[in-house]
Amino acid sequence: MSKVPPKLRYTKTHEWAKQEDDVVIVGITDHAQYMLGDLVYIELPQVETHVDSGQECGLVESVKAAADIYCPVSGEVVEVNEAVIHNPQLINRDPYGRGWLFRVRPFDIKLKDLMNATEYTKQVASEAH
Amino acid sequence: MTKTTPLYDLHRKAQAKMVEFAGWDMPLHYGSQIEEHQQVREHVGVFDVSHMGILDLHGVQAQAYLHYLLANNVDRLVPAQALYSCMLNEQGGVIDDLLVYKITDDFFRMVVNAGTREKDLVWMQQHLTAFEATLQERSDLAMLAIQGPEAQEKLLALLPNEDAVALQTLQHFHLLYLPGDIMITRTGYTGEDGYEVFLPAQNAPLFWQRLLAAGIKPCGLGARDTLRLEAGLNLYGADMDDTVTPLASNLAWTVAFEPKARDFIGRRALEQQLQSGVEWRLVGLVLEGPGILRHHQKVIVEGIGVGEVTSGGYSPTLAKSIALARVPEATGTHCLVEIRDKQVRARVIKPPFIRHGKQTF
Repeated sequence: MSKVPPKLRYTKTHEWAKQEDDVVIVGITDHAQYMLGDLVYIELPQVETHVDSGQECGLVESVKAAADIYCPVSGEVVEVNEAVIHNPQLINRDPYGRGWLFRVRPFDIKLKDLMNATEYTKQVASEAH
Repeated sequence: MTKTTPLYDLHRKAQAKMVEFAGWDMPLHYGSQIEEHQQVREHVGVFDVSHMGILDLHGVQAQAYLHYLLANNVDRLVPAQALYSCMLNEQGGVIDDLLVYKITDDFFRMVVNAGTREKDLVWMQQHLTAFEATLQERSDLAMLAIQGPEAQEKLLALLPNEDAVALQTLQHFHLLYLPGDIMITRTGYTGEDGYEVFLPAQNAPLFWQRLLAAGIKPCGLGARDTLRLEAGLNLYGADMDDTVTPLASNLAWTVAFEPKARDFIGRRALEQQLQSGVEWRLVGLVLEGPGILRHHQKVIVEGIGVGEVTSGGYSPTLAKSIALARVPEATGTHCLVEIRDKQVRARVIKPPFIRHGKQTF
């Protein structure tokens, strides 16, 4: 079973979001990295760009497929994880830690609109055949 | 209903990620595809390739039949030797690519792709009626590929002494046929040294476990695909199919036009194509900008025309994206590939990309 930490929030497109003071850290879930396989190429939004929740703002490509990253919240990108650009497999090894993707300073913190861990676990289970 | 190999239970127990491939439930990887790839380039790995179609051909006219059926010439073989060939239709299109093994003068074995097995059998049977030979499918056999620079050392240690001696001197593309319906060939699909072992299905799980106990790592179809791509080896159904000839698939070297007197299926079409000029060629691409090359991406050759990526991906050895692509014959040293609405520059090379662990371009 893939890990779904209870304190994070989740999107139906398999991103996670974690609030830390006035910024939100974004990544892809353990389930997402498992389904994609070894990641080999990452594109992230530029720092200072404005992103809207639900908007395509990056790309992860694995040995198998490409997947768009959708921003979980609206806000300004304040930092991107350069380490995963140089070593995409950090996401496979540590999707909720060193494999984070970018930090957003949200215009309006509405993480409650996202799924909690229980809801996300249910969604992943419903996607399995 | 998907088919399973004799090693299915062991793959599940090893927590392999399973994937449907050509009607078979096969291991994609056992944890990390990239680690398995590197394992084969640097050490040794083993693949379960029991999904491949194994066909035995017996009879006094077996050789005469293959002489006509295949684009490469089986007369080049001595007993205990293997040959790579395409099997063509009358238009010169590739029905399948296969390995043919000459075991004795009247006993040959062929290994065909899993996805084309049924189509191949229909075609082969249709042309067999004129020859005194019989074709028999060997679904009772399993097939394991042991690949990598340490393949010989590891495999030798597992064999009885007299077989180990014979194996040590086995040349590339030669085979050992042993009692008990066991065949060991020095062949593979990775660009590394290695062996393929054919054995009765019921003996496969124990042999597999002995290989793993000897330190040979299990590898899945994912690594098999990136290894063969780096080695510049075509994948049937992606890099060629019924609609293209070997001449447009970087496989001209596998077509034996000599001796001129040999008639083989597709010969006339290929000769016509040679005369009128081959419009396409299959090349290697090394991406110079960001992104990943994928099957079906558009290749733009400025001032000349448009081609297509036939198979692409990430090369763990080069840490770059590479591909095979079918491009206009006049293509020069560079092209542009359309990747998600962007045009990215790529260098054009003659495959392979990697041979015995080293960059070749």
